[in-house]
Amino acid sequence: MAITYTSGEQVEVYRFSLPATILIPLTAVFLQAWLPPRFPFFTIFDLPLLVTIGFATARRNPMAGLITGGLIGILQDALTSQPIGLFGISKTVVGFGASSLGIKLDVENAGARFLLTIFFYVVHEVVYFVVARGLVGLRMAWSWPHELISGIANAILGVFVFMLLDRVKQRT
Amino acid sequence: MESVLGRYRNLIVLVGVLFAQVLGLAVQVKRTTDSEPTRLIRLWAVGMVTPLEKALVWSKTSTANLWHNYFYLRGVRAENRSLKAQIEQMRLEQVRMIQDADQARRLQALLGFKEQFISQTTAAQVIGGSGSDLSRLIYIDKGYGDGVRPDMAVITGDGIVGKVLRADRADRHVAQVLLINDQTSGVGAILEKSRLQGILRGTPSGEVVLEKVMSDETVPVGELVLTSGGDGIFPKGLPVGRVTKVTPGSELFLNIHVHPAADLGKLEEVLVVTKIDERQAEPDQTNAQRAADILAERLPTVPPKPETPAKSATADPAVTKTAATTDSKPNTSAAAAGTTTASPGTAAGVATKKPSAPGVSVTPKPVASGPSALANPVSSNPVSESKPKTASAPVSAVNGTSTPQKTPTAPSTTSVKSSAPGSVESSAPASNAAAKAPPKPIKAAAQPQPQPAVDDTPH
Repeated sequence: MAITYTSGEQVEVYRFSLPATILIPLTAVFLQAWLPPRFPFFTIFDLPLLVTIGFATARRNPMAGLITGGLIGILQDALTSQPIGLFGISKTVVGFGASSLGIKLDVENAGARFLLTIFFYVVHEVVYFVVARGLVGLRMAWSWPHELISGIANAILGVFVFMLLDRVKQRT
Repeated sequence: MESVLGRYRNLIVLVGVLFAQVLGLAVQVKRTTDSEPTRLIRLWAVGMVTPLEKALVWSKTSTANLWHNYFYLRGVRAENRSLKAQIEQMRLEQVRMIQDADQARRLQALLGFKEQFISQTTAAQVIGGSGSDLSRLIYIDKGYGDGVRPDMAVITGDGIVGKVLRADRADRHVAQVLLINDQTSGVGAILEKSRLQGILRGTPSGEVVLEKVMSDETVPVGELVLTSGGDGIFPKGLPVGRVTKVTPGSELFLNIHVHPAADLGKLEEVLVVTKIDERQAEPDQTNAQRAADILAERLPTVPPKPETPAKSATADPAVTKTAATTDSKPNTSAAAAGTTTASPGTAAGVATKKPSAPGVSVTPKPVASGPSALANPVSSNPVSESKPKTASAPVSAVNGTSTPQKTPTAPSTTSVKSSAPGSVESSAPASNAAAKAPPKPIKAAAQPQPQPAVDDTPH
């Protein structure tokens, strides 16, 4: 399979330019807000999550990953009617986890990215569910089939998003 | 100690960041009130995203308008004709409804009811959403600067959409609208026929459920759900949706699933109800328009017959005056002529009164007309319908005596609903027929005086 166990010295670490670091998450959040009212099926996707995973796995720095995830999540929260922090906490955890895993695993190929995205999508939804239900008291319903289908859909889209991110990332 | 901190630095930062966010969440949950000002982070986020959304919506709308309003005008003439015919039909319907509404207002006035009117709305375009199916809201391109305020109702022509959640002074032309299928939304609703009241709520999956209806009630699938006005946001009587499924809910209540009347998934334009008037019901005394008047407007005009040079040289001033009078009130005579063919309870009778073909007109015979019937105070006064004598005569006329007198005009597409014998469409024209100058059959029944020689043959 695509996922290979490598040492920290063997994996490549990438960085992104400042414009890319700012504009790509903003574009993702913008598209996430703009597309669903026109294409209702798009609510199944979570573009900011894909960008968080993409940045985290490329940088392979847990600190950068959690901060990037947290900021993107809070920005996403700010556009909803929910309390700020629900997406923030979820994406902080995902950013940290993806970058930590990126240190240990080679996630440069499509298969690895596909599986990684499904995994972190489910992690994201679980964290969101727990926080929203446990801390905020929102009425939430959990459906495994829905989450898995959404995870697969996001993973397919994620493969293409990661390919786009590959074009703008720079080797350190 | 330092080595431990260095070793677990990432984990410690993670825990610290998570703790800070959890703390922030707890503070927000505790302080959530309606009067809470919007957080700066929300303003920034909205300020970053919405300008681009607006620009995209504007460019899309402009392109669509350019195409539809300048280039793609195929079928517009036919559509225009069809719409005009529809307007005519709806005006008749409107008159009947005005009468009904007036009657309702009189009754409400007797009972001391207060009624609510949507007196002002602002049209807005949907420019974006939250991007999450766990928070169902939309952004519109009208905000505080356009008179939009929190808790205003947002509707479409089909039904209610939601309420304004935020409209800040900082973002003067953007407002956040909470949809009725959001789980934090609540709308007072009532079932149309059974008049059962409940609370309409959204579910996490985006469905709309009517709650707090007792389980011993019977609610048929397909019944219309309306706003009850009890929430103080939506005026009473706006359509919400239709019942799709009824299941037993928690405790003693039913779970009534409702399919929203407005398509919440594809909203493009909405109306924000910016002003609702509440006033004591008063019967509308100023509305003197009747179905007969509407019908009269639809009937052909009476153009003056072109005078021959010889006649104009020897024109009798009286005759000229008569002709002018006939011309000035062409519809009155035409209405009477048309009304005589009306048959209460049938749409066809009324429809035949509308000679919609362009060539059809009623031309007076100026010379032979003599004292026009329109100059007759009785016939020219539309209030004469109050006279029982004049009112009864045409009723008998329309009940069969005048049926052979149907105007040979082009078949009208109008289908006026006048099934009730006492409805406005049937009774008012009948009474008006007696008042106005009628053709021969009416002459025998209602107008014994000399009649004008009105040629109602289509030219």
